[in-house]
Amino acid sequence: MFKTLSNKFYDIKNNFFSSGKINEKNIQDGIKAIEEALINADVNFRVVKGLVKRVKEKALGEELIKSVKPGDQFVQIVHYELVELMKSDDEERLPITKDLTVIMMVGLQGSGKTTTCGKLARYLIKKGHRPLLVAADTQRPAAIEQLKVLGKTLGEQISEERGEDFEVPVYSAPQDPPPKICKDAIPIAKENNNDIVILDTAGRLHIDDALMDELLSIRKKTKPDHVFFVMDSMTGQNAFDSAKIFNEQINIDGVVLTKLDSDAKGGAALSIKEVTGKPVKFVGVGEKLDALEEFHADRMANRILGMGDIVTLVDKAEQLMDEEKAEEMYQKMVDASFTMHDLLDQFQMIKKMGNLRDLMGMLPGGLGVQMQNVDIDESIFSRIEAIIHSMTPQERDMPDIINGSRKLRISKGSGTKVQEVNQLLNQFREMRKMMQNMSKSGMFGNMMSGMGGGLGGLGGMMPGMGGAKQRSRRKKKKRKKK
Amino acid sequence: MFFKKSIDKIKAALAKTKKIAELFQIGRKIDEAFLEDLEERLIMADVGLDTTKYLIDALKSSYKDKEIKEKDQILTFLKENLKERLTQKGNELKLNEDGPTVILVIGVNGSGKTTSIAKLAHHFVQQDKKVLLGAGDTFRAAAIDQLEIWAERIGIDIVKHKMGSDPAAVAFDAVQAALSRESDIIIIDTAGRLHTQKNLMKELQKIHNVLKKKIPEAPHEVLLILDATIGQNAITQAELFSAATPITGIFLSKLDGTAKGGVVLAIQNQLDIPVKFIGLGEKCEDMEAFDSEQFVDALLSKD
Repeated sequence: MFKTLSNKFYDIKNNFFSSGKINEKNIQDGIKAIEEALINADVNFRVVKGLVKRVKEKALGEELIKSVKPGDQFVQIVHYELVELMKSDDEERLPITKDLTVIMMVGLQGSGKTTTCGKLARYLIKKGHRPLLVAADTQRPAAIEQLKVLGKTLGEQISEERGEDFEVPVYSAPQDPPPKICKDAIPIAKENNNDIVILDTAGRLHIDDALMDELLSIRKKTKPDHVFFVMDSMTGQNAFDSAKIFNEQINIDGVVLTKLDSDAKGGAALSIKEVTGKPVKFVGVGEKLDALEEFHADRMANRILGMGDIVTLVDKAEQLMDEEKAEEMYQKMVDASFTMHDLLDQFQMIKKMGNLRDLMGMLPGGLGVQMQNVDIDESIFSRIEAIIHSMTPQERDMPDIINGSRKLRISKGSGTKVQEVNQLLNQFREMRKMMQNMSKSGMFGNMMSGMGGGLGGLGGMMPGMGGAKQRSRRKKKKRKKK
Repeated sequence: MFFKKSIDKIKAALAKTKKIAELFQIGRKIDEAFLEDLEERLIMADVGLDTTKYLIDALKSSYKDKEIKEKDQILTFLKENLKERLTQKGNELKLNEDGPTVILVIGVNGSGKTTSIAKLAHHFVQQDKKVLLGAGDTFRAAAIDQLEIWAERIGIDIVKHKMGSDPAAVAFDAVQAALSRESDIIIIDTAGRLHTQKNLMKELQKIHNVLKKKIPEAPHEVLLILDATIGQNAITQAELFSAATPITGIFLSKLDGTAKGGVVLAIQNQLDIPVKFIGLGEKCEDMEAFDSEQFVDALLSKD
């Protein structure tokens, strides 16, 4: 997320603001570099000018020159300004206070409205709500069908997770005008015992009066509690006009930025509040229905400045892992009784947490910035999973019993090479050893139990993998010599 | 190829935003404030920082050298400079003389692929060509239905599989069907994918390769659909997509919105990929061949 921008800030901090070469000219040049970085990231021109002016005043006023750590202090100033640009006044992203809450989603075509409706429904179900989806986009071919499929998929997902039937109803009436569809949906929701109604309205390629009239009419008839504008995070300079017009005409409450899992440059995230006065509430970070995150200005500023976002990382881990399981995993790590079963669990959990590169980007201290540049082959996860799946339960518990013929069987079963099976086994041993060492030296502290085992596994696994790769290369060299 | 009706449409769309040409109507000298104003307007048109800097530097030096004296010369100067940078690359499609022409359509989610395909199909049907669509977006819910509705409206054939099936298999079957039905044009839809998703980029390569099985020189055209409202990110999109599968042209969609699509300047310059079509509306006839002169005129237009 925002890789280009955070790379840039990282470079700027190192190039212009390291102690030793700090002087007024350096500061000026550094600020100029920031200005260019932000413009290149599609941040609105006027927003950039304002931000740069404030940063300059502060940086020169606070006597950065005399500071012991000018780089850090400078980052602090920029961080503060970034947060000010993006922050939302109310802490709660989506307060639900009534028996029936109506949420209206608006936006241009292709911004990701329909998918976001599905994601928001999932987010609310997770909080214990029962939403009704309303297909009011009668304009785009098959939009209704798309929402129906999403509702069905979501229902199946939740049923599977909860082990009991759960339905996400979708109301549609293609023959009716959209305002009527939306209005009719409300008594249906009440009857159906739904406490949330999510309206998926039509988008247009561009703003026209017909669309605005339709949306206004829906707004009037349903009196929504929240109106969200869905916007593509890759949007360029001009399209802020559309957000502005939507806000002026139908008064939005907040923005959902989509496709942040791309290499979106961050312009929309940084500009939207300043341009419209309305904050970003949620961000979409993937194609799956659980890929919706709450937006927090300070965390986003952290990510942009390469300071990582450990809070979101922990949040994600917590969401996916219950406390008991985390404790169990932690114990296993401490006494090194960690098996292939557990490794498989960990892999599956990490996969659920999202795109690996994005996860890495959340690591603090410049590490995130560097890790985002490392090429991560995500298919390695599926290969490792396949290998473990081809092991017998006994082998998973005691990988040490895996001999040559077992390895051959596993490699055949998983469609991988014997070398890959070897590599995994070596990595596993390495990991265990590391865990033993860590628990001996007391490195599993409060931090670990607080963070849940998942993270520890992630941290432990990565160096293990790298190390094993290098070693196998070395081995090859040795063999050649012989 | 087309009538030049688009200029009015583009101009109408651009009229909503601040015009660069507006600058020159006010009696002003070239000073710092003027240049900053110009910078703002160029950047707001998504022209990008590099091109903007280049233009402003060129303008400054011409002014110093006294090549430019009057303010109304500036507009001509900018236009000439931009046109030079956006030389027409030829927007003709490469058609297969013996057998069907295969067109692969790719792009990120929400860029307007399906609608653009409908526009292309309509365009070919107008030319009395027999068109067949391949519903290769097997991922997004109801994408197949959406394309099917268009096929019905235009009155052409479509080859589809179930949602979730292998898009490469759809592509293969579409080519097969086109050969046996003697179609002139096959347009293959693909699922929207973010250019940062490596495995999906690999899938694109697979589709690309499968198309060659029956017709070795296919696909004859690989069109990247670029949303004109996208900012500088469009450059990376074009870059990464063309790394996965060589792009033969860009279809700039949604140009009738508030966006000016200034980013194509950078794309043509840096990546040497021609813009072939522009999409101007929601109906299937709202498509034009790209004309660089017209585009620059609209970008800097006075009205």
